[in-house]
Formats: sequence, structure tokens, C-alpha cells
Amino acid sequence: MASGNRSQKTQGLGLIAPPLGYAVLVMAAPLLTILAYSFLKDGYLTVIREFTFDNYRTVWGDPIFHKIMLRSLGVAALVTLVTVVLAFPVAYFLSFVVDPRKKSMWLFLITIPFWTSYLIRVFLWKVILGYNGVINSGLKSLGIIEQPLTFILYNVNSMVITLAHAYAPFAILPIFIALEKIDRSLLEAGRDLGESRIMTFWRVTLPLAMPGVVAAALIVFIPTIGDYVTPALIGGGKIPMIANMIQAQMLDLDNRPMGSALAVTAMLIVAIMSLIFVALNRRFLRVKQ
Amino acid sequence: MKGGGLRIYAILYLLFLYAPIILLPIFAFNSGTIIAFPLKGFTTDWFGQMFENASLRRALTNSLIIAVSSSVFATCLGVFAARASTRFEFPGKGPIMGLIMLPLVLPEIIVSISLLVVLLSIGVQLNILTVILGHTLICMPYATVILSTAFNSLDRSLEEAAYDLGETKWSAFRLVILPLVMPGIISSLLMSFTISLDEFIIAFFLAGNEPTLPTYIFSQLRFPKQIPMIMALGTVLVVMSIILLTIAEYFRRRGIAKTGAKDTGGFL
Amino acid sequence: MTTTSTAEHRARTATAKPMIECRNVQKYYGDYHALRGIDLTIRESEFFSLLGPSGCGKTTLLRTIAGFEDISSGVVLIDGQDMQDVPANRRPTNMVFQSYAIFPHLTVAENVGFGLRRDPRSKAEKAAAVEEALAMVGLKGYGARASHALSGGQRQRVALARALILKPKVLLLDEPLSALDRKMREQMQVELIKLQRQVGITFVLVTHDQEEALVMSDRIAVMFDGQIAQLDGPEALYARPTSRRVANFIGVMNFLPAHVLGETASGVEVDVPGLGRVEIPMSNVSKSDPGDEGPTVGFRPEAVSLVAPGQPQQSRATAGVIDEVVYYGDMTYYDVRLDGSASADGRARPVRIAMRNVFGREVQDVGTRTNVSWSPGSLVLFR
Repeated sequence: MASGNRSQKTQGLGLIAPPLGYAVLVMAAPLLTILAYSFLKDGYLTVIREFTFDNYRTVWGDPIFHKIMLRSLGVAALVTLVTVVLAFPVAYFLSFVVDPRKKSMWLFLITIPFWTSYLIRVFLWKVILGYNGVINSGLKSLGIIEQPLTFILYNVNSMVITLAHAYAPFAILPIFIALEKIDRSLLEAGRDLGESRIMTFWRVTLPLAMPGVVAAALIVFIPTIGDYVTPALIGGGKIPMIANMIQAQMLDLDNRPMGSALAVTAMLIVAIMSLIFVALNRRFLRVKQ
Repeated sequence: MKGGGLRIYAILYLLFLYAPIILLPIFAFNSGTIIAFPLKGFTTDWFGQMFENASLRRALTNSLIIAVSSSVFATCLGVFAARASTRFEFPGKGPIMGLIMLPLVLPEIIVSISLLVVLLSIGVQLNILTVILGHTLICMPYATVILSTAFNSLDRSLEEAAYDLGETKWSAFRLVILPLVMPGIISSLLMSFTISLDEFIIAFFLAGNEPTLPTYIFSQLRFPKQIPMIMALGTVLVVMSIILLTIAEYFRRRGIAKTGAKDTGGFL
Repeated sequence: MTTTSTAEHRARTATAKPMIECRNVQKYYGDYHALRGIDLTIRESEFFSLLGPSGCGKTTLLRTIAGFEDISSGVVLIDGQDMQDVPANRRPTNMVFQSYAIFPHLTVAENVGFGLRRDPRSKAEKAAAVEEALAMVGLKGYGARASHALSGGQRQRVALARALILKPKVLLLDEPLSALDRKMREQMQVELIKLQRQVGITFVLVTHDQEEALVMSDRIAVMFDGQIAQLDGPEALYARPTSRRVANFIGVMNFLPAHVLGETASGVEVDVPGLGRVEIPMSNVSKSDPGDEGPTVGFRPEAVSLVAPGQPQQSRATAGVIDEVVYYGDMTYYDVRLDGSASADGRARPVRIAMRNVFGREVQDVGTRTNVSWSPGSLVLFR
């Protein structure tokens, strides 16, 4: 415990070495391999060690890639919007209305569905929304509708509902934490200075909650765009997203350089979108509480 | 009652969250083979079918092996990372911790595909070991976060006090730190276990021919005949998850009570 | 236990053997120079305090004595033994931490007996030792209690018992009273003195509270910026600070500019606007801090008094006008403009005078002309 600066450093580095080494070996090294592959040539079932930009040229010029990438971005953006907008009032309710002693019970209730089988949850939405699904069969047996509703079926809408459900706790928790951090006297000050309840919310609460909202948006957006299961199950394989395309290139077609270029491009686009989003919200993120 | 409108909205939202889970047992005990209303009658056949299914048993065994190993490995790595980040200053700390937490935001498809490509090109046989490799990676950030909270709530002078009273560094860790972070270690184990048990994409790509519970379920969802049995399986899984989570929550709260800290609530 | 007076105790410890010796101790944190050459001798069974503002290095010094921090250079001896290669767990010191560091997962008795794990004595003997240590700090019968349910004062006592049960040669206390409320703090100050006399070992206390240091210590080292500014007994430190900085840190002191007229055999003769010509005894003269604006005399607010006609006076008197009155209940503070003390801008800098509100003494009003009485012996000179 005699902790000079040097022993602080060496002990710290010694401790961090195992997890760091693991992350480097199992994650960073494979990611770099993918990056390297994306600049190599594909020979059928092998990879030719020759530097080229061809893969990127092909990917970026491919209309199917454009379509799928745009759809992925669109679905992810829509899911993010829906999830965050639906989640905000719940987080607000949790933070401002719920009795402090019951807060952890509410949080517990919200997180439970998240920890139950993702696959089965996704599939159940298919069961709920399907042609002969719970909603349609239920409404039909009640005599409300004659023909099954089709607008909720096998399309982007059903994917959005499913994903919004899957990522709900991811959106609620960061917003809740940001709201919890707000000093309650600030709101009283807002009211004291003559603002109405709604204007106080608009001018004080919302700006202070923005870091949480931004975090929530990113936490929902990034995994959604890479989601594989929902398009495969809900979309019935007919509306693939970028993850399905990468999988097809890599494994079904066994074109690793092309698949790698696809993966790298997708990661780049996600990273750029996220950075733009963060930059747009810089004004709010500078708030230190 | 305060916030009437908000409360109604929150309850509706909870209903939306629980809708699929509520349906699970309904159809698991429904004697009809088609998942639709109206219900036919009560049966426990699907559960019987489930227990007799050999490939399901194999998938379950695989999943349990994977989940137990991954949660132990991830928690061990998490202990190192959490202790290093809460107790020591060292060069490059920010980027290093960032790299360790990266799997949280990296799409799993990217993690699994890149790992798959490397494993295939160096000629590693795909089996449950390769899945453990991937699951340990994605569980590590969760373990690190949970354990960092546990380590952080410890007063640093507790360790110094033990040292001052004649213990060695290691016995101070064993006698004071370890018992106090034990609740955190248990909830990290449980959480990693739950994540691994439920993880699909990495298992799908890295398991080779070995089934795990999620990949087995995925493969059966194509056959309408199998769906009622999957509903029964899902019901069992949900009940198990809730039990595990309740235990995890219990230990988390006990940990907080032990160190006398304030309950800030919630996972993550 | 025999009660000894504070004076007896101090006379005895003044000649006792050295227990802790620091010789030119330096400590760097990267570029930051935390300890700049500490030379210090603390004697056996002395109650010693390290006093200073936060960041002055007092806690760092305590932690180097405990062995929690390496020193960059210099020597630390405890009971004559070089501590260079002795880790904290093998030093004859034990510590009471600022947060008390009571192990929350153990009972009171398990906390107190924590350090006895390697003790070869039997279980029953150890239990008896724990019970004895608890009795010593007034917690008899608390052994089975859960430690996280204790009050602040009780935690402090457990921390003391836990450290003292190991019979260290030195007990180190890191701001042990700062977490307690005022009443509790004053009570614990008295108890700590009693305890120290009872166990008879060296106590080293770190504090930023000057009153606490004055009440408890045999000697006090005042620290600023990693250096010891003054090392003295409480009375000397308060009455004869050797720098304006120490004077300001400990209590309130009035400063007036002075012109040095010359030195005599017994003191320094100065002319002070407002007080007149005065000879200050050599014992009260010290070198001024560099950067200060020339020679200055200083005096404490209670070393001078307002005198109404007919009241006993000190040897000298000056007149002035009351500028401000602040009533504190037991005391009244007057700011008085002394005649003839006007500076270049024509306004006199008022001096603060403290008067106890004893029976029959009326509180004076602003604007009243008054006499101020003082003695040359209560002035100090920084030159």
C-alpha cells in the first residue's frame, strides 16, 4: 500500500492487464483483421493478399447496399424516436411522481421483461401481430373486424414495435438517471421566477435531462441498426437489414473481403451518425450538474 | 394520488412491456396447436413434450455450461478491471476502460462475425468453447460496471485500516474487501449468467454444430408444430429469469445495506 | 491510574526520549512537492498535533509516519529504528482514520479484535482483551452489536479501541473529531486527553481546527505549504506566533505598522502610530515573512481592554473612538480607531478589541470615545 506514483502505475497496469488483454485478443484483433480483409481481394473461397479499394468501390456503388443501409438507418432512427418518446414520460413519472421508497420496485418491474428470452419476445410479437395473430384473432372473435388487419404485419411497422419493446429499458434508465440528478430546487426556482409548470419543464427540466435523452438515443440506435433477429423473424427474411446482408456476404457467399468492407462501412456510418448526433446536442451536453 | 395521467400512462406502458410475457403461459397451457384466439382447453402436454425432447436437453446442457463458464470468466476479469479503475491511476486509463466497455455499444453481429472470421482463418474448431470466448467478452462490461459500483462504495481507508492492523495486502483484501464486494460479485455472476443464457447471435455464429437454447429455439420457430412446446419452454425460462433476477436484486440491496450506502436503485 | 496535572505531564515529556524523528523528509507527487524538508522530533508519551489548512501536507506527513506513503528522501525513525523498509503493517504505529474505517461487515467486538488474528493468545484471552479495550473507551457490553448501527461518537470509540488493543508505541489520529457535532467534539477532546494520559503512549493528531489543537496538545507543529512554520507549546504558539501567517491562522491578531528605532539589551524599541514609543521584549520579536510590508507589531483582541474611568488599567493607555460593535453574548467585539494611527489617506485602520461581558460591564455604543489599555509584554514584533 506504500503508494508512490510508480507503484500506483505498475499495480494499476498489472491489474488491468488481464481484462485489457482479453478485450484486445477477442475483440480488437478480430476487428483489425476485418479492417485488413476489407482491403484484400477475394479469390473464390480464399483471400488473395493484394491491396485494393475494389471492395469499397463495389459496396459504395451497390444500389442494393444503398437500399438496405438506408432502410437500416431509417428503421433504427424510427425505433429510436419511438422508443425515446414513449420512454420519456415513464422516466419522468419514475423520477418525479413515484414515492422514493418504491422507485427500485418500479425499476425492477421495468427491467424484468428485458431479461427474459429476447428471441421468444421477438417471436411473440410476431404471434401478437400476425395474420392469424392474437390481435387479429382476438378482434375477429369479438366481432370487431371481419378481415385481419394487415398494416401491422411483416413490415417495417411490426419491426419498429418489436424493437421499441426490446430496447425500452435501455431508453428509460439513462433518462431516469439524468432526471434524478436534477436539483429539485431548480424547478422551484423556475416556478418562483414566474414560469408556468409547462414552461418550467420546457426551459429547465428538459434541457437538464438532455444528456440522458442523448445517451438513451445512442444506446437504442447503435444496437438496433445491427439487429439480426428481428428482420429474420418478424420481417420474415423479406426485409433484410444490414446485419443480415453482412452475414449473407460473409457466410452464405463466403466473400470475406466484401463482407468485411460491408461491415467496416456500416460501422463507419454508425459512428459518423452517432458523432453528428452528439455534436448536434453539444449545447445540452455541456451542462454539468 | 399525484400525477394521475402519468400513472395511467406508466401502467399502460408496463402492460406493453409485459404483453408478450403474459401471453406465454396462456399459450403454453392451451391445448390448441395454433397460437391464436379463441383458446381451446387446458393441457400440460407441451411441458411433457419439452422434458422428453433429447435435442432440447442437449441444447440446455450446452447453454448451462456456456453460461456458467462465461459468467465466472467475465466476473473474474470484471474484478480486475473494477479494482484497477476504482483504486488506481495509470497512463491511458480512459482509453483502456473505453476499450473494455466497447462491447456494450458494438453491434453483436460485428463482434461475432469478426471473431468468426479470425477463428476460421486460424483453423479453430467451432464448439461451445468458442461461444464461451464470445460470451465472456460481451458479459465483461456488465460485470465491470456492477463490480465498479461495489468497489466504489468502499471507503478506501477500510483497506488501509486492515493493513495498519497488521494484515498483509492479500489478507486485507481477503478479510475486508472481498466480503464487502461479495454481493456485487454474486449479482455480476447472475447477470452474466442471464445474458449468456439468452444470447443468440454469437451462439448462432460461433457454436458450429452445437445447439444452445436460443439457437435451438430459433431453429424450431420455423416449424409451427413445435411452437406450443417453445411456449412452454419460454414460460419456464421466464420463471427462471425472474427468480435469478430477484436473487440478484436481493444481493445488490444487501450489499448496499452492508456498506451503509444509500440505495440509488436499479441495474446498469 | 494516577492523575497528573498538565504541567507535570508536559515537564516530564519535554525530556522523554524521542519516539518519532523525521529528518529532512521530502515527498513529491509527480511535480507536486508535498513535503519540503520536514525536521521533527516527537517525544515519548507526548500529545503532538500537526495543525494547518487543507493541502498543507499534514495528512501526508502522518501517512508517511504510518507507512501508507513512501517518502521521496529523508529519514523517518520510530523509537530509534529506521522505517525505510518497514511496511505499514509492521510499524509500531496504529491509526484512527478520519472516516474511522469501521469494518461494516463485522460486529463491534470483531472490529476491535481484528488486529489480534495473528496473536498467539487463546480465544478466551483475546475476548478478555477486547472486552477490556471496549471498557477503556466506555463501550462495555457493546461487543455483540452490528457496527453499521453505531453513532458517530461510538464509531470513533471503536476505532480507538481497535487501534489501542495492539499496544502501539504511537497512535496516529487523522482528523478524528471532524465528523462529530460540536458538543460531541468538545466531550471527545477531554476524553482523548484522559485516554492519552492513561495509556501513556505518543499521540499524533492531525487537525485543521486550531482550537482543537490548543485544547489537546502538549506541542503543536503549524504547517503551511509542506513545511513546518512554527513548533511550540499551545500558550507560546498563541501568545508569541513567529510569523503573521501563523498569527492569522491561529485566532485573530491586530497588526499595526511599526518603525524600528533601535535595539537595547532587553528588547527592540519601536514607534507605533496609535500606540506610541514602546520597547518590545526580545522574546516577542521574530523575523517577518518575506514579502510583508515592513516591520509590524501585533496583538490579540483580548490582550488589550477598553477601560471606563475607575477601572484597573494595564501599564499603558491610549484613546480612540469606537467604530463598530459586534455582540456575541459572552463577548463583545469592538473595532476602535486609535488616535494618531491615521495612515496616509487620513483614515485610521481600526483595531479589534474583545471584552468579556462580565456582570456590571455595559456594552459601549458606536461613536463613544474610550480609553484603551495595554502592556508592552502582550505585543509581538515581526521585523
